[in-house]
Amino acid sequence: MTSLLIITGTILIIALFALVYRILALVNIAKGTHEKRVGFSNTVNGFLFIVFFIVGFGAFFWYSGKAEYLPPPSSEHGVITDNLFWVTTAIITVAFVLTHILLFFFPYWFRFREDRKAYWYPDNTKLELLWTAIPGVVMALLVITGLIEWTKITAPAPEDSVQFEIVGKQFNWMVRYPGKDGKLGKYDYTKIDGTNQLGMDFANDKANFDDFIPREIHIPKGKPVKLNIRARDVLHSVYMPHFRVKMDAVPGMPTTFWFIPTKTTAEMRKELNNDKFNYEMACTEVCGNGHFAMRMVIVVDEPEEFNKWVTEQEPWASQNKDYISSLKLKDFNLADLEK
Amino acid sequence: MSVVDTQLHTSVDSHVHHDEHHDHEHHEQSFIRKYIFSEDHKIIAKQFLITGIFWAIIGGVFSVIFRLQLGFPEANLEILRPILGGWITEQGKLDQNFYLALVTMHGTIMVFFVLTAGLSGTFSNFLIPLQIGARDMASGFLNMLSYWFFFASSVVMFASIFIETGPAAGGWVIYPPLSALPQASLGSGLGMTMWLISMALFIVGSLLGSINYVTTVINLRTRGMSMWRLPLTVWAFFLTAVIGILSFPVLFSAALLLIFDRSFGTSFYLDQIYIDGEALHHSGGSALLFQHLFWFLGHPEVYIVLLPALGITSEIIATNARKPIFGYSAMVISMLAITFISFIVWAHHMFVTGMNPFLGSVFMLLTLIIAVPSAVKSFNYITTLWRGNIVFTPAMLFSIGLVSFFISGGVTGIALGNSAIDIQLHDTYFVVAHFHLVMGSASFFGMLAGIYHWFPKMFGRMMDDKLGYVHFWITFVGVYFVFFPMHYIGIAGFPRRYYSWTNFDAFSSYADLNMLISIAAIITLSAQFIFLFNFFYSIFYGRLAPLNPWRSNTLEWTTPRLPGHGNWPGKIPTVYRWPYDYSKPNAKEDFIPQHIPHYETVESNLEHEKVLEEYDRELAKESEIHVSSHSH
Repeated sequence: MTSLLIITGTILIIALFALVYRILALVNIAKGTHEKRVGFSNTVNGFLFIVFFIVGFGAFFWYSGKAEYLPPPSSEHGVITDNLFWVTTAIITVAFVLTHILLFFFPYWFRFREDRKAYWYPDNTKLELLWTAIPGVVMALLVITGLIEWTKITAPAPEDSVQFEIVGKQFNWMVRYPGKDGKLGKYDYTKIDGTNQLGMDFANDKANFDDFIPREIHIPKGKPVKLNIRARDVLHSVYMPHFRVKMDAVPGMPTTFWFIPTKTTAEMRKELNNDKFNYEMACTEVCGNGHFAMRMVIVVDEPEEFNKWVTEQEPWASQNKDYISSLKLKDFNLADLEK
Repeated sequence: MSVVDTQLHTSVDSHVHHDEHHDHEHHEQSFIRKYIFSEDHKIIAKQFLITGIFWAIIGGVFSVIFRLQLGFPEANLEILRPILGGWITEQGKLDQNFYLALVTMHGTIMVFFVLTAGLSGTFSNFLIPLQIGARDMASGFLNMLSYWFFFASSVVMFASIFIETGPAAGGWVIYPPLSALPQASLGSGLGMTMWLISMALFIVGSLLGSINYVTTVINLRTRGMSMWRLPLTVWAFFLTAVIGILSFPVLFSAALLLIFDRSFGTSFYLDQIYIDGEALHHSGGSALLFQHLFWFLGHPEVYIVLLPALGITSEIIATNARKPIFGYSAMVISMLAITFISFIVWAHHMFVTGMNPFLGSVFMLLTLIIAVPSAVKSFNYITTLWRGNIVFTPAMLFSIGLVSFFISGGVTGIALGNSAIDIQLHDTYFVVAHFHLVMGSASFFGMLAGIYHWFPKMFGRMMDDKLGYVHFWITFVGVYFVFFPMHYIGIAGFPRRYYSWTNFDAFSSYADLNMLISIAAIITLSAQFIFLFNFFYSIFYGRLAPLNPWRSNTLEWTTPRLPGHGNWPGKIPTVYRWPYDYSKPNAKEDFIPQHIPHYETVESNLEHEKVLEEYDRELAKESEIHVSSHSH
């Protein structure tokens, strides 16, 4: 019934619109308006560009001042890339505004007048070389600064980095830390099952026995942190907005990213005046219907706190003795886990 | 002289006669051969246009549906159940799988079906023969096939919307493994299969069209129409077709390998996958391989949709500013540069995919180079307006709008092309804002400008100006309201393709801005119905078009109001000058069409054109002899 009403209503509105339009069209023909080369509309249209310019740029600058951006970056490289971004933004805003002043004022200024003829100006090589060169030089400067930073960010992680593994799967993240030995055990995707979700290969690598799988990510402030990233099923992408970190997780191809966190969670809470603030990790490569819900909390600790946290964690193997014994490993007895 | 005159008369007469006869033959064509399986480039152009408009409506409506979810996450969408059925959950929410399907289909439809087929297909077909002075395309038959492959592709894609598991839902880039594994997502089942079949058909159609465009431009230009006298529209269509020929086959191969991985157990893209409680046997493939292949088309594709729009704009701005386009050769060289560079920047879509960072550096360098010819084009458009005598037809308004989008969307590309900055911005709404302005809206405006401008030639009637103005202003303001705020959301880090952001504290702001965007999207879409009304009403009841309504120089305006088969009833006009002789000093009118020889415009010839007076006389004589020898 409702839909019938809506349909009837729509048809009526369209019919009314058509009727009004037809009448106006006939009036125009009777008046012979269309025979003039341009009408009053020409001035109106030209003027509207100026109105649009003033209102549009007014809104742009007003809102840019009060918009809620992300808090300042909490990583060392993030400070630099943010600076690069804002410098670039300043440059492109200048270009944007200047070109639009011309683009939106010329229409009104040079609108059609019967008594005037346009200026014959087919080319000017000097001018064109000039405005080829200027963007070229500006671009080169931006490229060079970006390139230097990109090379630093993507350089191999320092030897003393804190390492851990991030695994993406539909639809959550899992992380694994090396235990006391400081080594992440080898994995094999064919060893994955409902219990051993990361496919840790206990048979072939003893380093797995002290690895632990916490529910939250902990990282120390001021130390380089290296993420070893992989995916179990489809593409995911590790995204830590506050640290300006992003790297895809690819099945079959481990990826890495390293950075130095600069503010602890506690410091951030204080800075933002928000007790509930948490660093978060999200997924930015579409991975299925739960893509938007792959959240994991990141905690940045002072180095001492972090070391304490690490020692408090119980290895996964100790938590899953049944699983380990079901593997029937030859040169291994369960008692070893207790050490 | 008198001999020539007589010859001229006889030859024209005989030709006219011949053509009448010719026409007569074609009247006997059945309705089906004339309007459906037509080989006439003008009918095929209209077929592409109507199909493109159909797809644009669907693509637009899809975007509004998912904008409802993003702008009003709490709203009850029960009202959509009659249309969407089971895709509305019991709680009255949009289904999460269907949300992704909508996003995917919106992208696919807009990029390929509207802005590639609808834009290039329409205007390349319509304008190339008319503007270079050809009777038709090089091969009418291939041209017909091109449309019908596109039609078949459309049917498959359209059907996929209605299947139970829904259409493809892995994003328009369909990255495997998500798109390769039916168990990974609802849309990766039959919907994905149909997507791949549809795209394979689409590519065949696109290639047939492109080969035809290139051949026609190279071989069928009329006497006097050197490459440097081509209107910029034709240059743009020509280069677009070249890009298409070189890049679409790569997408075809990517799709083919994906079909193999999906159906025949190969492992081109798959390695070490555990999904649904099972470790798959696939091993040794590379997910990155697909991304390289996809973007090898995907990036040139940006220019496939953009160049025709820029070509159309060049023509319309020059015509309505009553000025020659500023820096014609710079415009052509820029387009050539863009064509070339567009092939070597693809991996800037992949800075953080795990690709070797050194490769990232190389692609960053190359990417920022492409900004230079684009900047040159913008400056040239603006300079063309300077000291013009501007007539604001709706087409002109849309062209100015295009230049605005091209700049505002283009400049943010400088931020995104910088790999260090892209780490944070990649796959956020900043990217969405960027490409919707520079590629989506700009090309869409180019298409609308083209429709308004060439409607009189297509249908012999005028569209209504006033409705055009209203359409333009609502759309122009609307588009900025939709896409400009997305920059802020992107800088705040909001990721793309999210059904909802409320899971994250970091992305919990901006509910107001998202609502604003959604409202603006609804208004902008509604305004398109003004256009649709204007378009269809004017086809039947519009004011009859004068022969050259915009006082334009190009050849299409020398044809009859409704050009028949073969375009010119008499001989094809000879071309004596470039297409941009607007407001030439001392000329009688503010335009001199391309078919007017220099010996008829002695008063306005420039110093270096004086030699052309004699040359044109020779050329005119030559074309008479040529025609008469043919007609006897």
